[in-house]
Amino acid sequence: MKILVSIKRVADPDNAGKLKVSADGKAVTSEGLEWKMNPFDDWSLEAALRLTENAAEKNARVGEVVLVSIGPNDADTQRIIREGLAKGAERGILVEADEATLDAGIVSSILKAIVDKESPDLVVMGKQAADGDSNVAGTELAEKLAWPIINSAMKIKTADDGKTLDVQRELDTGVATLKVTGPAVVTTSDRILHPESVKNGVTPDDHQYAKLEVGGRYASLKGIMQAKKKPIDQVSIGDLGVDTAKALNYTKFELPPARSGETTFVEDAADLVDKLHNIAKVI
Amino acid sequence: MANVLVVAELLEGKARKTTLCAVTAAKQIAEGTGGSFDILSIGEGAGAAADELAGYGAGKVLKAEIAGGYTCEKYAATVAEAGKGYDVLVACASAYGKDLLPRVAAKLDAGVASDISAVHTDGGKLSYTRPMYAGNVSGTVEILTDKQVVTVRQSEFDVAEASGGASAAEDIAVQSDPVADKVEFLGVEVVKSERPDLGDADVVVAGGRALKSAENFTSVIEPLVDALGAAMGASRAACDAGYVSPELQVGQTGKVVAPKLYIAIGISGAIQHLAGMKGSKTIVAINKDKEAPIAQVADYFLVSDLFDAVPALTDAVKKL
Repeated sequence: MKILVSIKRVADPDNAGKLKVSADGKAVTSEGLEWKMNPFDDWSLEAALRLTENAAEKNARVGEVVLVSIGPNDADTQRIIREGLAKGAERGILVEADEATLDAGIVSSILKAIVDKESPDLVVMGKQAADGDSNVAGTELAEKLAWPIINSAMKIKTADDGKTLDVQRELDTGVATLKVTGPAVVTTSDRILHPESVKNGVTPDDHQYAKLEVGGRYASLKGIMQAKKKPIDQVSIGDLGVDTAKALNYTKFELPPARSGETTFVEDAADLVDKLHNIAKVI
Repeated sequence: MANVLVVAELLEGKARKTTLCAVTAAKQIAEGTGGSFDILSIGEGAGAAADELAGYGAGKVLKAEIAGGYTCEKYAATVAEAGKGYDVLVACASAYGKDLLPRVAAKLDAGVASDISAVHTDGGKLSYTRPMYAGNVSGTVEILTDKQVVTVRQSEFDVAEASGGASAAEDIAVQSDPVADKVEFLGVEVVKSERPDLGDADVVVAGGRALKSAENFTSVIEPLVDALGAAMGASRAACDAGYVSPELQVGQTGKVVAPKLYIAIGISGAIQHLAGMKGSKTIVAINKDKEAPIAQVADYFLVSDLFDAVPALTDAVKKL
């Protein structure tokens, strides 16, 4: 099975409170914040690796994961791709682009062009990027490919390299169960990191992955060494023949106002109820 | 002048409240640009839901009856065909809207402003504010394509009030789409609760990892939830540990809520959680650690072991 995983670099999401906006309000600046792999993509990479390995045989690779990252061709983007390669992906593609010239429509068109060249069985990607929080590119990619989309997948099972997939996806009203004919685009929920959420017909069905608390697996030392030799192809948007007309124009960025007022420390439950009832008047 | 189509969200043959938040946004767009709005009732039970939606001042309510469960592949072609007659398509940024509208947008070559928190119509020109970076930046965005697709954040748009009258109803043809055959809907497990919906409750009581077990959610959190007539929420850590089911998750990846009162119990306040609740009017934190990041947004903070404080709080609330 061959899986394409898109990975985006984002300003460290755990320190998003330190972001600033340029004086003219035209740009978000992330100076001082480290670039990290979009955490939503990291979950998806974990799912893709589980789908293409035999976890009972020291994670022996039985398929191929190709990473694609769209961004500046610099050391930071390369480092994010190498991180994915160190976790187990086979090779990378860096599509050189100035992030300010992109939107979800252009990104999905770029990914479609890559899919047309690579012919993967699945695309697995983050449901959103932790910077734009849009939740759009994956579904638009699926429509442009005339493929199905499985958004917020929490369980994936396939025994025929993605030709058919049994999936559960998270809704805000519960959980939907679907049977999908691939190729397909999949975005993931964090529940995809659970020990039994991915079954690929190679790893024994009763295998339990280690419980992951925050993101996907860590790279092993061996993985980090191997990643140095794995190829990263560099591609320009021009090579792909993609329409680069933007559909969205951000005219202004602002930092939202801080919450006003100080924190009142209350003595006990009775004091809290008194203040909520008589001062805040919310109960 | 922008003419707007609201894409209704149906659950078991009834319009969800999310639809009425989208109606509010549609009215703002229509009124601010001198346009009008219609509603598309689509799915199983679209006819009955259309009757219900006819009382909200729409020019007309379109109906497309589609049997079986929802998949975006099955609905998108019909929504796109209906959308050809409009300038702006609006739905709530629920799991449904976030799944369906981008597929429709791609069919219509339309740009998408997702999860918006405000509509601007200065001089009749549309733009939208949307939270980004887990709510740490807000961006104002214009859509440059002929058609615009917008999903709205439920907590930022009031539920539209019924305005009386009855919009005209019109059946529309269901469009087929070959990709729909690639997804077989096997079922949906809808989590039912007698409690208010997390998305629009006045009071939310949320628990975190410090609860330590599902049993403690039941024995410690739920009595307070019910004493306050509140909705129950949880942090990602608590959902992930299986203490409560995932649809109760509040945060960047879960629901975004803005109740009058939000009580965070045993929640440290990771930035991803704050993204889902910092718009609440009054925020209470109950936590052993007064340095926990939740203090950045808390109006009231009770520094205490939750297993002592919460039962006492429940008793005190019951005495009100």
